[in-house]
Amino acid sequence: MTGVAVVLLTTFLASAVEAVEMVTIVLGVGATRGWRATFAGVGAGLLVLAVVVVAFGLALRATPIGPLRLIIGTLLLIFGLQWFRKGVRRVAAHGLAGLRMRAADEPSEWTGEGFDWTAFVLAFKGVVLEGLEVAFIVVSFGVNAGQLGPAVIGGVAALVVIAAIGAALRGLVTQIPRSLLQLMVGILLTTFGTFWSLEGLGVAWPAGDGAILGLLALYLLTAATFITIERRHAFGYSPGT
Amino acid sequence: MFLLSWLIGFGRFWYDFIIGDDWTVAAAILAGLIVTAILNSRGVTAWWLVPVIVVVMVAVSLRRAGRT
Repeated sequence: MTGVAVVLLTTFLASAVEAVEMVTIVLGVGATRGWRATFAGVGAGLLVLAVVVVAFGLALRATPIGPLRLIIGTLLLIFGLQWFRKGVRRVAAHGLAGLRMRAADEPSEWTGEGFDWTAFVLAFKGVVLEGLEVAFIVVSFGVNAGQLGPAVIGGVAALVVIAAIGAALRGLVTQIPRSLLQLMVGILLTTFGTFWSLEGLGVAWPAGDGAILGLLALYLLTAATFITIERRHAFGYSPGT
Repeated sequence: MFLLSWLIGFGRFWYDFIIGDDWTVAAAILAGLIVTAILNSRGVTAWWLVPVIVVVMVAVSLRRAGRT
C-alpha cells in the first residue's frame, strides 16, 4: 500500500470513530426532542467548525483540546444523567408494554411552543467537539506524513459516509418509543460524557477508546438493574412472573 | 427590562440544562472529577471513580424520587 493510501485509510478510520460519536448524539437528540432545533444546532456547529478550521488551519495542532473535552464532557455527563434517570423511571413505569408502544403514542419530550434550546445546545456541542477532533486527526496525520490532501479527503469522506448511514437509520430510530429512546440517549450521553471529561483531565483509560464500550456495558447493566428494582417496588413484579 | 428578563431566562436555561431536578447529582459528579484530578496528578489510577459515582448517584436519585 502506498503512503497516500495509508494516510487516506488511517484518517478515514480514525475520523469515522469520531463521526460515529457525533452522529449518534445528533440522531438520539433529534429523535427524542425533534429535528428542527437539532438541525439548527448541527448547522451552527458546522459553521463554527468551518470558521475555526479556516482561521487556525495548521495551527490547530497547537490548540489544547483537553480543556474543551473536560468542559463539554462534564456538561454532557451531568445532562445525560438527567435523561438516564428519567428514562429508567419511564421505562420502569411502562414496562414491556412500553417497549411495544409506538412513538406516536407517547408524549413528546419537548412540547413547548418556542425554540428547543436544549436540543440545539446538545447537537451543537456534539458537532463542535467531534468535528474539532476530526480536524485534529486530519491535520496531525496529514502534516506528520506530508500528505495533507489525502488526509483531508479521508476525514471528509468519513464524515459524509457516517452521516449518510445516520440519515438512513433516522426513520428506524424514530420508531423507537420515546421512553426507551430517552433512556438510550441518556446512557450514550453519560458514556461519552464520562469518557471525554476524564480524558480532558489527562486520565489514561485502560484500552483507550475501547473503554467507551466498557462504560456503555456498565451503564446498560445499571439501567437494567434499576428498571427491575423500580418495577418490583411499584408493581411487585419479579422476573419470571 | 428586556435585557434583565433575557438574562434571567438565559440563566434559568443553563441551570435547568446543567443542574436539572436534582442538584446533588451535579455536585457529586463535580466532586468526583476534582478528586480524580487530584489523584491523577499524584500518579494514582483513578479512572474508575467517576463511573462508580454515576452508578451510586443514579441509585440515590431514583430512591429519593421514589419517596416523593
